[in-house]
Amino acid sequence: MDIQNLTIEKIQEGLLAKEFSALELTENALKNIEEKEKDIHAFLNLTATLARNSAKETDGRIARGENLLPLSGVPCSLKDAILVKGAPCTAGSRILENYIAPYDATVVKKMSEAGAIIIGKTNMDEFGMGASTENSSFGPTRNPHDLRRVPGGSSGGSAASVAAGEVTLSLGEDTGGSIRQPASFCGVVGLKPTYGAVSRAGIIALASSLDQVGPFAKTTRDAEILFNVIAGKDPLDSTSIDHTYNLQPTTYNLEGLRIGVPKEYFAKGLDPQVKEVVENAILKFQSAGATIVDIELPNTKYALAAYYIINTSEASANLARYDGVRYGMHKEADNLLSEYLATRGEGLGAEVKRRIMLGTYALSEGYYDAYYVKAQKVRSLLKQDFDSAFLKVDVIMGPTSPVLPFEFGAKTHSPMEMYLVDTYTVPVNLVGLPAISLPAGTANNLPVGLHVIAPAFQEHLLFSVGEMLEHL
Amino acid sequence: MIEKKQVQHIATLARLKLTDEEVLVYQKDLSEVLDYFDILQSVNTENIEPMIHSIVQENVAREDIGVQDEPEITVAIMKLAPFVTDGFLKVKTILSFK
Repeated sequence: MDIQNLTIEKIQEGLLAKEFSALELTENALKNIEEKEKDIHAFLNLTATLARNSAKETDGRIARGENLLPLSGVPCSLKDAILVKGAPCTAGSRILENYIAPYDATVVKKMSEAGAIIIGKTNMDEFGMGASTENSSFGPTRNPHDLRRVPGGSSGGSAASVAAGEVTLSLGEDTGGSIRQPASFCGVVGLKPTYGAVSRAGIIALASSLDQVGPFAKTTRDAEILFNVIAGKDPLDSTSIDHTYNLQPTTYNLEGLRIGVPKEYFAKGLDPQVKEVVENAILKFQSAGATIVDIELPNTKYALAAYYIINTSEASANLARYDGVRYGMHKEADNLLSEYLATRGEGLGAEVKRRIMLGTYALSEGYYDAYYVKAQKVRSLLKQDFDSAFLKVDVIMGPTSPVLPFEFGAKTHSPMEMYLVDTYTVPVNLVGLPAISLPAGTANNLPVGLHVIAPAFQEHLLFSVGEMLEHL
Repeated sequence: MIEKKQVQHIATLARLKLTDEEVLVYQKDLSEVLDYFDILQSVNTENIEPMIHSIVQENVAREDIGVQDEPEITVAIMKLAPFVTDGFLKVKTILSFK
């Protein structure tokens, strides 16, 4: 039985038709993963017992003739920044090597209640800092399309686990592109929801005003089903929003759709091969009746600098808790300060230390206004750009990444080299808008993603565009 | 180029122990990124309010009532601590009186 390419719909059809049981499906997935992991290394830990228990529950439902739940029988993986009770949760870092999550993240509770089969925790750049998963303390993940290349990051393991057919769905987390860029590199769908749409309770935080959890899937419809399960206000997350989404399946007849194409997203720095694939995808929409509108987002060139100031500043605060006192790695020393210095000095990787220091500097006396406050003002300017644009267009399209999936080591010579990969993805994190990366084709057999941005809480528009692209 | 002394100062503020080699490496890295940040100095942000959050939210409060409906979570949390005595986390001296 080939479970690799089954959608949620096909899995549940098969279960109800008794072609296979949920337990058989789960055992098949676990065996499949064991074989593939030698090459891919998408997983850091498997939660086989949890998975088998969920499978047995689903089989019980079927035997009793009860309705299936939205994710019944569906194998899922979760980025290792998402707490699953009783399982290790490392955030890709040595400093949390021995940390066992004492509770479930809200999104995990929701997925379990929806019948999901949680197979394991996936590899990531340490604390979400990176765009290639090369910054994991536990070794990199390989791109299933070309094992010499990175899967993207920081949710590289999640993207790879779906692309390699190890699981049907994955949950990642996106602060500056960490769902969308690996989705682009691995040829799968990846959504960053509107800020506040999905609860961050039980998610290891990187930058609290930017982080959002979102779905990876092979198809838009599957991503939408998972999104509908995890979205919703949560009293445990005071930044989550009370917004009622229409949970009916999205229709995708979009004649008259106005697509904004910003010249800033097609300027210098974009690989011509990526440009060609993305432009062809946009032309397909035009042929189907959509209107292409040239727009400008003039403050785009300041977005990356503003992003890295805010990201590092908020990260320096969020990562202060890793001090070896209550959990995680602890290094003995003569006094408290020395213990902090030693624990963090040894437990945290180079990129993490770099960013903590940048953030500490940006927030320090004498520099706070020039860096942090300035960056927050640029954020306002970016919001103005998008507000103006969305008066004229329904969605905005461009490339997800300026480059094709690159080889290991290609972008680790200097920090800025890697940061520049985030050019197109960071603006929406700063402004809190939803954006999706859709598989748009290949160049040199390497996946290229189309990046689509919608106004706040208009995820259904993104799903509609995604479904449309699948049928063009 | 940010000074070595400054790198060392920031590292101490951030509670990070760096070797002498690391100080040199981070000096170079931080300088490169801080130079990139300078691009923001050319943006006119006069009369622009800083945007702290992408959503408009008021402070969210709850009743000040302690709830403990899952005591096994407390057990699981305490199990993670390196040193526990009588249900308390043990740390090195915070205040010393000479």
